[in-house]
Amino acid sequence: MTTHTPLLLAVEDLTVSFDGFKAIEGLNFYVDTGELRVVIGPNGAGKTTLLDLICGKTKPTEGSIKFRDTELTRLREHQIVWKGVGRKFQTPSVYEGLTVYENLEVSYPEGKTVFGALLFKNTPKVDRKIRETAEAIFLTDMLERPASELSHGQKQWLEIGMLLIQDPELLLLDEPVAGMSVRERELTADLLNRITEGRSVIVIEHDMNFVKQIARKVTVMHQGKVLAEGDMETVQSDPRVIEVYLGH
Amino acid sequence: MNNALQMLLGKKGLPGLLILAFILLVVFPLTMDVDGLNLTGRFLAFAFVAVGLVLAWGYGGLLSLGQGLFFGIGGYAMAMYLKLEASTPEATAIQTTPGIPDFMDWNQITSLPWFWEPFHSLTFTVLAILTLPALFAAFIGFALFTRRVSGVFFAIITQAIVTIATILVIGQQGYTGGVNGITDLRTLKGWDIHTDQALVVFYFATVVLLFAMIALGMWVLSTKYGRILMATRDQENRIRYSGYSVAYFKIFIFALAGFMSGIGGAMFTLQVGFMSPSIIGIIPSIEFVIFAAVGGRLSLLGAVYGSLLVGYARVTFAEAFPQLWLFLIGAVFIAVVMFAPYGLAGLYNTHVRPRVEAFLVRMGWRPGAPPSDTPRAIDPQAAQEARK
Repeated sequence: MTTHTPLLLAVEDLTVSFDGFKAIEGLNFYVDTGELRVVIGPNGAGKTTLLDLICGKTKPTEGSIKFRDTELTRLREHQIVWKGVGRKFQTPSVYEGLTVYENLEVSYPEGKTVFGALLFKNTPKVDRKIRETAEAIFLTDMLERPASELSHGQKQWLEIGMLLIQDPELLLLDEPVAGMSVRERELTADLLNRITEGRSVIVIEHDMNFVKQIARKVTVMHQGKVLAEGDMETVQSDPRVIEVYLGH
Repeated sequence: MNNALQMLLGKKGLPGLLILAFILLVVFPLTMDVDGLNLTGRFLAFAFVAVGLVLAWGYGGLLSLGQGLFFGIGGYAMAMYLKLEASTPEATAIQTTPGIPDFMDWNQITSLPWFWEPFHSLTFTVLAILTLPALFAAFIGFALFTRRVSGVFFAIITQAIVTIATILVIGQQGYTGGVNGITDLRTLKGWDIHTDQALVVFYFATVVLLFAMIALGMWVLSTKYGRILMATRDQENRIRYSGYSVAYFKIFIFALAGFMSGIGGAMFTLQVGFMSPSIIGIIPSIEFVIFAAVGGRLSLLGAVYGSLLVGYARVTFAEAFPQLWLFLIGAVFIAVVMFAPYGLAGLYNTHVRPRVEAFLVRMGWRPGAPPSDTPRAIDPQAAQEARK
């Protein structure tokens, strides 16, 4: 009898070196369908590099990244997006010259080719989806404002919304609460818990209180390798993790 | 804030289009003699390139210093056709080899080169004018954008390409007419292109085609493609992760700019009666950018005003002080970049437009709200009105 494997992402023996410096070395990392995984680790552990490798921003020196049955390392960035991987960057990057509405419209997963974009029609269905998304990210009142007018926290939300409207199966979030106020953090934690329904998410985060709010399973990275993996308590009581975080 | 300002400055609607149409189709023909109209028509042929640059450079961020190449392809294609028509065996009976263009005969070429043959056909020539410049631009774009060449490197490479093209044309005298170009063009399908009637017809044809290009540009900017283009210009690294292949979006706008330039080149040849390397080289290619910059790099209509203004300034000033012209035009470019980065259109939008709007409202000719006939993408304010 064959068992259905819920594995969505399989990173195996991944190595990337920048001029001899191995930012990631022989990394193995698996994410199940529907899982929310938090990746933590000290600075320089290779967390952001890992996300860069998954979304195609950086090409690995060795190893493979399988998303379902597709080898992502051979695809270009936009093709990886089409496969269903969405990426949120550490510093909020939204299209500042466009309105919030247009930011979401550009992110909508239709009309992705040149001629598709030229002939793209903003149908009631698209419009509804944009407004729904705006509501989910608390930006309904800001729809017609240029994104450059948003606060830092609002830009973070908008970027999450831009990902949400892409409807990716795998969401990569790099420090989604960085620079947010306490109130914004709470809203964001709630938002993340809601949008992760039905998809897999990898979150990089430093804020331990925030991690506790959302995490089910945590991966600790250190010097380009996985140091520990498990639920929050297990990881926090792991002596190697304490060593890395508290120093020698 | 800066970006929002840029968008407002790019705002051009129907009134602006109508005013320009009135100037070009009514005022100029009524006030100018045929020579004046012909001169204006030449400037308008350059405006095709400037309009293309507004799209590729202003909105797409692709500063090409080699648009002369595409202008030249269109212009030379037209000139080759006209030259063949002028080189009948009867007209060239005194040549060693009658029936080929005179410059070939002077260069001891005894049969028409293969790539000249198809230019006996007007249909082929028109198709070549409409497709070759765009294809060349797409090819160059493909080679550069898929390798992520951008910014100043792109500018330098385009400049190098136009230089190579000019050297090639000058060097292959027997096939291209060399430094003199292709001259002594006479008729189009038997119709003398130097008559007053022909010049007036060419003028109006140029204006109509130019408006077609502007309308095409406005349409492109109003689509989602237009918004993606601007997003790419401002945040190229982000747009890939919204699922767009940046290279192809750039190739398209660069090819469109090339397409427009080629048509301008063909209209130039018709109105001037010759085509030569001096019109497509580095200096003209940079002048095209100056036309767009002076008019306002985010304004399709501004590009037309910029081309006319710099064109007239050149004939006026360069006749008096030919050696100083290049210095002057360089100074103008620097001044525009430093003091009016959005050119005439920018100055109009910040200083004149508010007064015009206020006047229109005061006279009761327009309600208090701004017009909503502007392309949505480049006018957030109108977009807001429309969605309410």
